[in-house]
Amino acid sequence: MYEGLRAYGLITAMWIRSTMAYRASFVMTTLGNFAATGLDFVAIMLMFSRIDSLGGYRLPEVAFLYGLSATAFGFADLVLGSMDRLGRRVRDGTLDTLLVRPAPVLAQVAADRFGLRRLGRIVQGVLVLGYAVVSLDLAWTPSKVLMVLLALLSGAAIFCAVFVAGAAFQFVAQDASEVQNSFTYGGQTLLQYPPTVFAKELVRGVTFVLPLAFVNWLPALYVLGRPYPLDLPAWLAFAPPLVAAACCALAMLAWRAGLRSYRSTGS
Amino acid sequence: MDGGVVDGDGPDGDFIRLERVEKVFEVRTRTGLLRRERRRVRAVDSISFTVARGEMVGYIGPNGAGKSTTIKMLTGILTPSGGRLRVAGIDPSRERTRLAQRIGVVFGQRTTLWWDLPLIDSYRLMHRMYRIPDRRYRENLDRCVELLELESLLDVPVRQLSLGQRMRGDIVAALLHDPQVLYLDEPTIGLDVVSKARVRDFLRELNAERGTTVLLTTHDLQDIEQLCSRVMVIDQGRLMYDGPLAGLHEVGDSERTLVVDLEREMPPIEAPPARVVRVEGPRQWLAFPASESAAPLVAHIAATCPLVDLSVREPDIEAVIARMLHRLEGAADPAPERAVS
Repeated sequence: MYEGLRAYGLITAMWIRSTMAYRASFVMTTLGNFAATGLDFVAIMLMFSRIDSLGGYRLPEVAFLYGLSATAFGFADLVLGSMDRLGRRVRDGTLDTLLVRPAPVLAQVAADRFGLRRLGRIVQGVLVLGYAVVSLDLAWTPSKVLMVLLALLSGAAIFCAVFVAGAAFQFVAQDASEVQNSFTYGGQTLLQYPPTVFAKELVRGVTFVLPLAFVNWLPALYVLGRPYPLDLPAWLAFAPPLVAAACCALAMLAWRAGLRSYRSTGS
Repeated sequence: MDGGVVDGDGPDGDFIRLERVEKVFEVRTRTGLLRRERRRVRAVDSISFTVARGEMVGYIGPNGAGKSTTIKMLTGILTPSGGRLRVAGIDPSRERTRLAQRIGVVFGQRTTLWWDLPLIDSYRLMHRMYRIPDRRYRENLDRCVELLELESLLDVPVRQLSLGQRMRGDIVAALLHDPQVLYLDEPTIGLDVVSKARVRDFLRELNAERGTTVLLTTHDLQDIEQLCSRVMVIDQGRLMYDGPLAGLHEVGDSERTLVVDLEREMPPIEAPPARVVRVEGPRQWLAFPASESAAPLVAHIAATCPLVDLSVREPDIEAVIARMLHRLEGAADPAPERAVS
């Protein structure tokens, strides 16, 4: 674990130094990342210029959902966003070069081409979240504040797990980076909207199968005092840390299995 | 080696040791619309050999013979399907990261450097990642950079380097942490004559000065001729020959040629076991088994004919290997036998 973090730190530091050598370019790409990801919220605002509520939710509430999910996802994307390149590395054989270095492969793959510009996504998520908190007019209690922080951390961890599991899948199916993207980027987009606008089956899927609902829906609904989807019990709002831990454990197992299969088949 | 291994180092005699090492791949091929056939391919088939510390060994064979698969097992990239394997006392597949500290690997076809960054960035990262002491790092880097003439290229992004420059850069990267073993997979592939010579000189010096054990696979037999005293030939996953380069000629039934210039035209010289294969005026070509010494033959001719000049031509080693493999495969069809040095 320590070796992995150390290697991750060393490699990302190298990429950050190299990024900072071209400051103007860094500022431009980060602004680009900010604008491109922020467009999602602009679309939602445009929608709300025509309607007053979406699935029973007003704009600040949707902004709250959006901000939680975008910020959590932004962290995961910053830390592990390079992992969808694993399939290509397996295909062209460059993964072998990582296996002869004295550092865990996961850390090397995750840190490769570390893109500091991805801060842009986090910034827009935090801004939207800030807007939501200011305009929501909620009675903030300590437990609600704690819930927001927990949700951000657990949400980031859940998305990280999805990134790692998706990469593990690419050991088997090397062209699967799009499948991974549909779960990560697609899942993130889904979470920007309240659960009431989706079909029950889909909500069930992202609650029990791929537990994305724990990223923001359940914690947010607790904070907003809204009823849960699928008549879920109230205590589930506090489950995200546990769900995140379970997801990370499963993702690690999947990663190990994937790497083991690579090392026995060489493809 | 089989007893308690202290400090992880194997004894010098069998620094690298393989005992009946196998690698079996399962290949799935589509045979019908829905039917798939599973086929087991033995990429490496019960290979055993040892390499002593400080040896420089060539590992050759046709494409798909199992060379790269062997190297991948020796570096810990691939897990063997069977057999026992130790490098410096370490089981590569089990302790991959520990082994990584002791080995250097150069893949001719792909770089271990960070493609988009300047060469020096990769080296700085290696410095930290391998925990190389600062002084050692400086010394090694300065020395390698000087010998391989990379000084002016350190700030150039790797993707802008030519193939030869990149290869030299890769060799430096593999040596910064003072590895005890250096694996080179096709180190001179695609290089021009000057780059090849520079790389070979460097490897020779490294081996002589540091005693680094070197195992290299190559298609270029000049690499072997100029660097390795020992060569292993692998074909279809089996070790077909292991011994000195010269011994290949015996196994391969090859012949050397003695070219003699006489004072005048003469009838074909009689000097068994050599036989005259060509006569052109006063010049005659005699073929004799490569395993025989040329000295008695020359003495005999000098004593019986008016000799002006002579030269010995070595057989084309590539042809020798092809002939050897052909012969061994023919002989080994039902029950494979292994050529021994």
